[in-house]
Amino acid sequence: MKRANLSLSLALIVCIGLVCGNRQLCAQAQKPSPQPWKQIPIPKLPAFHPQQPKRIELPNGMVVFLQEDHELPMIDGTARIRGGERSVPANKTGLMDVYGEVWRTGGTKSQTGDQLDDYLEQRAAKVETGGSSDSTTVSWSCLKEDFDDVFKVFADLLRNPEFRADKIEIAQKGMYDGISRRNDDPSQIAGREAAKLAYGADNPYAREPEYATVAAITRQDLVEWHGKYVHPNNIILGVVGDFDSAKMEARLREAFAAWPLGAAATDPEIKLEPAKPGYYQVDKTDVNQSNIQMVALGITRKNPDYFALSVFNEAFGGGFSSRLFNDIRTTKGLAYGVGGGVGSAWDHPGMLRIMVSTKSKTTIESIQALDEEIADLAKRPIDDEEIKRAKDSILNSFVFRFDSPEKVLQEKMAYEFYGYPLDFLENYQKEIEKVTPEDVARVAAKYLHRDQLAVLVVGNVAEFDKPLSSLGAVTKLDITIPAPPPGLMTEPGDHP
Amino acid sequence: MKFRISSIGFLLQAIGVCLVLCSLALAQDLAAFEKRTTVKKLANGLTVIICERPEAPVFSFFTHVDAGSVQDPMKKTGLAHMFEHMAFKGTDTIGTRDYAGEKVALAKVEVAYAAYIAERDERVDRDDAKLKQLEQAWKDAITAADKFSAPYNNEFGKIVEGEGGEGMNAFTNYDETGYHYSFPVNRLELWAYLESERFLHPVMRQFYKERNVVIEERRMRTDSNPIGRLLEQFTEEAFTAHPYHRPTIGWISDLNSFSATDAQNFFDKYYVPSNMVVTVVGDVKASEAMPIVEKYFSRIPARPKPDTATTTEPAQNSERTVVLHEQSQPLYLEGYHRPDYRSPDDQIYDAIADLMSNGRTSRLYRALVRDKQIASDSAGFTGMPGTKYPQLFAFYAFPIPGHTTQEVSTAIHAEIERLKKEDVSDEELKMIKTRAKANLIRSLGSNEGLAFALGLNQARYDDWRELFRSVDRIDKVTTADIRRVANQTFMPDNRTVGIIEFAGAPPGAAAAPPGGGQ
Repeated sequence: MKRANLSLSLALIVCIGLVCGNRQLCAQAQKPSPQPWKQIPIPKLPAFHPQQPKRIELPNGMVVFLQEDHELPMIDGTARIRGGERSVPANKTGLMDVYGEVWRTGGTKSQTGDQLDDYLEQRAAKVETGGSSDSTTVSWSCLKEDFDDVFKVFADLLRNPEFRADKIEIAQKGMYDGISRRNDDPSQIAGREAAKLAYGADNPYAREPEYATVAAITRQDLVEWHGKYVHPNNIILGVVGDFDSAKMEARLREAFAAWPLGAAATDPEIKLEPAKPGYYQVDKTDVNQSNIQMVALGITRKNPDYFALSVFNEAFGGGFSSRLFNDIRTTKGLAYGVGGGVGSAWDHPGMLRIMVSTKSKTTIESIQALDEEIADLAKRPIDDEEIKRAKDSILNSFVFRFDSPEKVLQEKMAYEFYGYPLDFLENYQKEIEKVTPEDVARVAAKYLHRDQLAVLVVGNVAEFDKPLSSLGAVTKLDITIPAPPPGLMTEPGDHP
Repeated sequence: MKFRISSIGFLLQAIGVCLVLCSLALAQDLAAFEKRTTVKKLANGLTVIICERPEAPVFSFFTHVDAGSVQDPMKKTGLAHMFEHMAFKGTDTIGTRDYAGEKVALAKVEVAYAAYIAERDERVDRDDAKLKQLEQAWKDAITAADKFSAPYNNEFGKIVEGEGGEGMNAFTNYDETGYHYSFPVNRLELWAYLESERFLHPVMRQFYKERNVVIEERRMRTDSNPIGRLLEQFTEEAFTAHPYHRPTIGWISDLNSFSATDAQNFFDKYYVPSNMVVTVVGDVKASEAMPIVEKYFSRIPARPKPDTATTTEPAQNSERTVVLHEQSQPLYLEGYHRPDYRSPDDQIYDAIADLMSNGRTSRLYRALVRDKQIASDSAGFTGMPGTKYPQLFAFYAFPIPGHTTQEVSTAIHAEIERLKKEDVSDEELKMIKTRAKANLIRSLGSNEGLAFALGLNQARYDDWRELFRSVDRIDKVTTADIRRVANQTFMPDNRTVGIIEFAGAPPGAAAAPPGGGQ
């Protein structure tokens, strides 16, 4: 029913566009000034077939991508390993931050992290580790003549990390510092609390490390994690730079031949528990600007609506051309930062997020301005001109997705990691071309409902133009940082 | 879409640079770049650099204008940055329904605004009823002018984005203003038209609404951020005579006072061809691209190069301190005056910054983070708040919970004393030099990065080759140089200290944070 109505109104717009049913088209028709830029010839873009990396699967299950790039005398590589923070139990939240740091700083069985620092810095080379929500990484970057020296460290760290206790303590102290500072910057508060509203406060995609969860992390946790996940069949390795693929392949086969398969990583079941729609408020008395975010769950990129939503997002809340930028920033002068859309992620729903930052005394006015933009989508759907510009923007800038061998490599590694077809990018272009105004209106109506959004305001409540409660029931969020376990900050041995 | 002001966030830029080794002879690199880099000074004085990098069918450009917030007139701080925003508002053909009509309407806005401001700033006889009328007349004039442009809001940006422009943005800092984005290579001529048109016929439309946008930017970066508040107060304290003491974003009273006429005057004075360097890097051939660039940019009329002389900051002869009592966690910052980028010691300061700050072998990381375990992060860096004029070499540290700004200050000073009293080791000096070469090599692999670096060096030294030569100069730095420069710079009377102390949780918050510094 809803869908039929929208299609009808869209049909009307296309028909009556020339008689000023449509703001943009109407304006275009009236315009007397010449448009000299339209006279400038745009030749056909030369055919460009970016070089594809070579994909190899080792007998032990490790997937390797080799991408030659001979512009600079460098070789860089990244191993991405399945398993990350979302698989960590809640009472150890922050484990991947500590693991991601101490994997490198804690050194290998034969060399301390400090020894590695000296060895690598003498070559201005880097070997770094990290942890994220769904994976961990070990990467290196070096001059090609140092490849053997640096690759040795990379391979040793991958297989023989030591996680020395002194470095765990340093990592934990760094984490405590981050926790203590997390309420200092209002935009950081807004980003964090908005994610909690979208996914659920205790959800692995939104929860925060606390003093107690970081203090609970032990060396044994790091060792066990490593033993559980770091197996060749859980690894995708990408190498880019100034090398010969055949030789590099032989080198990698030799390096990892004796490494046996292990248990395959499994993805955890994650329950998403979005907050109830309504108003949520964080009072911050030392600011004169409110950070406003309207959030809900978004989509995964496997969703067939991803392409129409990409066009919608560009037109509604993308760059200079978007409605939010034009209306809230340029026309109303309410904000410097404004934008948003229905976000996506690879293997779980992204966040739908519409955000604006505005002075305290236009807080309610700005929320209402966003309300109006959302309501307007039904009354005045994204029109042909806006859709054309959004599609042009995506398609004409498409070449920037693969304008370096490294970008191509990174795309392919992501598809491999998340089980997407390796031609996803080529297909993306075709799918964007096919998107129609009806598609855009349909997905806007399907995914963006004002009454289903949680609205977060982080600001100086006493200075608002009106109380937030004038718009509806308000939940006050307590962002007080839970106190550390007794004695945590004053352990003897603090000052070695 | 963000407009950056580099005065903020520099603390984080000073660390975390990715490094890679290069033992390759840099002379070879320079020779290779000589072959694919073409420079031409047009008849109007504008410098064009084209660097061929045929890796993919795209190009990036960087327009460097040698005027930043240092050039803001008295009572008009923030004007350089304000003009930067206006450079996205279109021209007499882009962004208007009827420029002839709009021009008249915009002139009326200026007359009405001048009348309103004159009454507003009347010291003795201000007539509030009249003021209200004048304000309304000004707003009505704006409404009338907006009718010409409103249907074409952001048309300049819309053209660029629709044609596939990537990363369209601009920045203003104390020293200069820069504009940049990337295009598919078949839009080279369209770009040459758009970018030259923007500086040929800019129109100060929707000025007062954009001013509100800029004021929101100030609220975001400075007013509502404790580190932003510290940096503004600290820089103001460290410089007393030179314009570096004024914030690039502008003081709020100036932002609420300057006019579109002021912005136009700023443009007329400083956006002259001889003050601009336009750099194009990508899949272009200089033989084909230069005539196109020349055709469009030659349209900008030659004008005299502006006087950019400033008051020189006098020698500091007493320690200065600013302390902010905040709801946020402690931070320690200190800065010492040093000469400008033309100083023969420039690369010695770079070497000291690298030694103190770069990576896990750096002295401050090892002392404060690894060994004493009193800070989560600590570094030293040069170029605060700019590099074109005599500036500061600064150090900072974030004390971890349970430790104080006093402790990190003492630890930083101990490392500075070591610099003054002991020669750095040969290994350390070698690492610094190796990293400098590696940094350079790494920076050569992107169109955007190259356009920026070539353009900046051309503007600063009138020769892009300085990008390569600066590494040669670092290669000549000796242990004695480092001790000499440390001794002449890092003196207590030459120091300004900026501190954030935690002054207690806001009313209503339950528990006090556990951090130090109470």
